[in-house]
Amino acid sequence: MSPNTLTRPSHDTLAGRAALRTLLRTETRLYLREPLTAFFTLLLPLGLLLILGSAIPGFRDPDPNLGGERVVDTQLPVMMIVLSIMVSAFSIIPSVLAVYRERGVLRRMSVTPVSPGALLLTQLVINLVTTVVAALLMIMCGSLVFGTRMPTQLPVFALAFVLGVCGLFALGLCLAAVVPNSRVAGGLGSVVMFPLMFLAGMWVPRELMPEILREIGDFTPTGAFGQALRDAWAGTTPETLHLAVLAAWAVAATLLAARTFRWE
Amino acid sequence: MAIIEVTNLRKMYGSQVAVDDVSFAVEEGEIFGVVGRNGAGKTTTVECLSGLRAADGGTIGVTGLDPRRDRAELRRRVGVQLQDCSLPDKLRVREALRLYASFYDRPAPWEGLLEEVGLGPKRDTAFAKLSGGQRQRLSIALALVGDPRVAILDELTTGLDPHARRETWELIEAVRARGVTIVLVTHFMEEAERLCDRIAVIHRGRVAAVDTPAGLIGAVDGMLRVTFRCPPGSEGVLRSAPEIARVVRDGDEVTVTGGDDVLLALTAALSAHRIVPMGLRVERATLDDAFLAITGHAATDEA
Repeated sequence: MSPNTLTRPSHDTLAGRAALRTLLRTETRLYLREPLTAFFTLLLPLGLLLILGSAIPGFRDPDPNLGGERVVDTQLPVMMIVLSIMVSAFSIIPSVLAVYRERGVLRRMSVTPVSPGALLLTQLVINLVTTVVAALLMIMCGSLVFGTRMPTQLPVFALAFVLGVCGLFALGLCLAAVVPNSRVAGGLGSVVMFPLMFLAGMWVPRELMPEILREIGDFTPTGAFGQALRDAWAGTTPETLHLAVLAAWAVAATLLAARTFRWE
Repeated sequence: MAIIEVTNLRKMYGSQVAVDDVSFAVEEGEIFGVVGRNGAGKTTTVECLSGLRAADGGTIGVTGLDPRRDRAELRRRVGVQLQDCSLPDKLRVREALRLYASFYDRPAPWEGLLEEVGLGPKRDTAFAKLSGGQRQRLSIALALVGDPRVAILDELTTGLDPHARRETWELIEAVRARGVTIVLVTHFMEEAERLCDRIAVIHRGRVAAVDTPAGLIGAVDGMLRVTFRCPPGSEGVLRSAPEIARVVRDGDEVTVTGGDDVLLALTAALSAHRIVPMGLRVERATLDDAFLAITGHAATDEA
């Protein structure tokens, strides 16, 4: 190896970077051209937070069932963050990738110098950015409108957020791998999404769930996720079990996605 | 020197033989046709050439590269237009070309390419709003945007109306004029005859013949076909002429086939017996006839 190869990036790396930049720009445009996407990932969760938080009077009062916390403090905003992430993971990612696969977009890319893996990566990045925007929106609007606190244990909150997003996105990729086409992707996505939403505590807070459901929820990527985020937000250190469950799901689902995903 | 060399290529899908034994060589700068019926092994052959599939046997050299071992370099030198590949609906023509240009170290100037394929006025149109012919022209532009030495075009005009098909053909000729070697896969004999310098006829996973279109047609027994009407029984006088390969009567009409000298022999025999052929017409054999003669099957099911 000549010293040059160590100090100077090769043509490949430069072209590769330019390709990734153009790909990211192009895919972001395509993402924004689907108005329903931003509606379901950003506007709907935000709207629900504001409407439910304002309209239901009990939500703004200390609730003994939640240990004296208000519903708008952590329960509602965390559930809306989880909702946004789940829409990205189980609806948007699988259907976009299924469309790209069935229309040969991935196959077409595999005969160029840039791997279709770059397109996959780009999609994950765009959806990750959306979920971060969703989380910031919930945190800021909650603070402005309902006077909720900022997440107290920010590093742990961020850690749980990253682990949870990784696990759910990887599960979305597994879904994209097994569905034959984009229509099935949408249907199967909903089938997976609703039980996971329920176990996260979307409709009934986990505090009010029967013991058995809460224990099942502890081992799901959404139940553990919601609880860890709420704990970190409120200032309680999240349970090690929940972080471990999230990490395990992230690793297992990523490995499974890598094994099952097909470009064509 | 050949720019593409395929020797004893073999590819199985499970126990099904897709390509049995295919060999051919493509010279630099030519339009080389790969023709055959659906399922003959054409697409599998070009997929092996493009490095999309690993061959089970034989060797392939494309610009001196092994498509599987030297994949990365092959992708820079070979532009591929694949069958049944489309783009996202809302991607605009200009964005598609700019995106694909970014994939290459030294791309062709894509603005010029856009004009060259006639999509200049459509630069801001979304893929979904393009006609079939416009989509194919975009697809060709994407295959050329890396400034390749070889372009592999698979079933380019399937599903196009005759006008769009002719426009696509003109574009392919313009591409060849730039010095790009073209491998054209098709099951339309008219297309192959019009465009290709040489053609490999693939039949049941094997190369049945490789020649120029004229060479393939010339090898057909009965290159000229003469059809006319004459009184029943009078066609018997033609059977003794050695230049005439075949005489067939179908109702009022008689069809006589043979080589280039068949017409002279026919008129001589008829005039000697004072028989006047009515409604006489002469047809040259086409690549379709050659294909039928070589493989024993028509190229398309509807033919």
